[in-house]
Amino acid sequence: MFRLKNLRKSTKSNLITFGIVIGFYLVIQLLSALGMLSSSLSGQLVPICAYVILAISLNLTVGILGELSLGHAGFMSVGAFSGTIVWTTLYGQVPNWLGLLLAFVVGGAVAGLFGFIVGVPVLRLSGDYLAIVTLAFGEIVKNVMNACYLGYDSKGIHFSFKDAASMGMEADGTTIINGAIGITGIKKGSTFILGIILVILTLVVILNLINSRAGRAIKSIRDNEIAARSVGINITKYKLMAFITSAVFAGIAGVLYSLNYSSLVAKKFDYNTSILILVFVVLGGIGNIRGSVIAAALLTVLPEMLRSLNDYRMLIYAIVLILVMIFSQSPQVVAWRKRMVEMFRGRFSKRPQAKEVQ
Amino acid sequence: MQFLSYLINGISLGSVYALIALGYTMVYGIAKMLNFAHGDVIMIGSYVVFFAFGSFGLNPVLSIVLSMVVCTILGVAIERVAYRPLREAPSLAVLITAIGMSYLLQQVAQLMWTSNAKSFPSVVANSSIFKPVSLFDGQLTISAETIVTILACVVIMVLLLYFINCTSAGHAMQAVSEDRGAAQLMGVNVNATISLTFAIGSALAAVAGALLCSSYPSLQPTTGAMPGIKAFVAAVFGGIGSIPGAFLGGILLGVIENLSKAYISTQLSDAIVFLVLIVVLLVKPTGLLGKKVNVKV
Repeated sequence: MFRLKNLRKSTKSNLITFGIVIGFYLVIQLLSALGMLSSSLSGQLVPICAYVILAISLNLTVGILGELSLGHAGFMSVGAFSGTIVWTTLYGQVPNWLGLLLAFVVGGAVAGLFGFIVGVPVLRLSGDYLAIVTLAFGEIVKNVMNACYLGYDSKGIHFSFKDAASMGMEADGTTIINGAIGITGIKKGSTFILGIILVILTLVVILNLINSRAGRAIKSIRDNEIAARSVGINITKYKLMAFITSAVFAGIAGVLYSLNYSSLVAKKFDYNTSILILVFVVLGGIGNIRGSVIAAALLTVLPEMLRSLNDYRMLIYAIVLILVMIFSQSPQVVAWRKRMVEMFRGRFSKRPQAKEVQ
Repeated sequence: MQFLSYLINGISLGSVYALIALGYTMVYGIAKMLNFAHGDVIMIGSYVVFFAFGSFGLNPVLSIVLSMVVCTILGVAIERVAYRPLREAPSLAVLITAIGMSYLLQQVAQLMWTSNAKSFPSVVANSSIFKPVSLFDGQLTISAETIVTILACVVIMVLLLYFINCTSAGHAMQAVSEDRGAAQLMGVNVNATISLTFAIGSALAAVAGALLCSSYPSLQPTTGAMPGIKAFVAAVFGGIGSIPGAFLGGILLGVIENLSKAYISTQLSDAIVFLVLIVVLLVKPTGLLGKKVNVKV
């Protein structure tokens, strides 16, 4: 007989995570059917899914691999742009489902390719250096996409870094990326159900990766790189595996995000977006995938709910970020917390003991 | 001639980066942490100068001194409150705390002074000592801001090298940066030394802020972020932890940025700067003047 008890601990925990995602979907569907869904919340549904995917994928790098990446928005950006180009050019020429599928595949693949290009050299560095290089990568992507002009006409594809005119297109040409204005007139492709499917896909892939042999190797690199190497783990291979997987899903989330709006600009994917995703990961618990899911969803919705607090939102984020770090990581505070817990336990467990003596 | 003018402006911008990078590099050398909030300390310092000099008409030198005092207190306070509890924690935790601190300062500034850009008055504009210099029959004009910035950077650099190499507090800093535990056993007050480092770094940030905003007169809560990141890049570029490295990295970065702005593309200049950083790190992972440290098991 199928019993929950007999399942492995990790499988059980993963099932709870899937349950939360599906439960969230059902609740939203119910609210929507009852007409209780506010328009501001329904507009947030796809971004919530995108941020959840981003947080899960960043958690793979930060929590499981243990390397800080400050350029997650960069991967999101390259994925969003390449996926959106595919979607816009193919729109109306192939069935919508195929266009969407191709957009996501291309977006994920391009982001993964960038993950590889950045990852191979960069993963030789570690710690703070890796953080700063990923930050640099994010800024490069933002600046290049911001100055990038791309279009096509009967003669082929045109490309320029100066302005739209210097692409030298024929009169019948179509501009795809128009510099700082970005891509405009995107047909809406993302839906909530699509977002949920992608979240579940991300969870399946990443949770399986974490609980596999490869995942244990990745965690061992996080815990002690030298020890991991000494037992024969191929550091570069597993680091790259985690980094590229993380980049691919960031790209997919980027496509999901951009196809929800009518225009796409490079400025959206800046340093602040990378930090925002990092905040989700940190507040959800570094290395805790379920925590990332919940934190990303809640923190995307909360500002909408607390409109009056909007000015103070980032201030509260900042303070919470600092406090969470001090309370969870400072050796003195952790010791103090343990003492407190023991004191309370002592107080509650001593009484029955005293009675037994009597 | 055009080239010379771009070069000098690049050196001037680079001097500001160098001043900021000194703060990053000293803190990294001694506390082994990236103080992401450093750029925002610059911004706070600039606001202090803006109000003291621009609004209340205080003497420019006095306003900069005031700003240095405020930034020193701020820097030491940040270290005491946010970084000291995490000194033994994993570096990721400290880095995230520093990012949080950077956001906190930006948000506080935004709530206090709104996000509207303020036009910053140049601290050397009406100075009687520093005047714009015209060379080659007026073909090349060097602004007073540029001269003051470069001079200030050189003077500070010399003073700092003297301080580090020839005073006992400086020796204490070197000892702490080399081996914190051993330094403590030798009777160095580690906490005081780290506080002193933050104090010096933040005071330099105040000077850098005033000079930066005099040359690029637009002040808003995010003003410090980009120069902060670039100065950090400069510090890594020159070899983080090395003081001459920060100087060299800052100047080089400023020159590269200005020349690529002039000759390649204004929009892509930031991308080029960051690309150079990545290339340097790949070829020489410790930066130009950095020392290689072997990790022991």
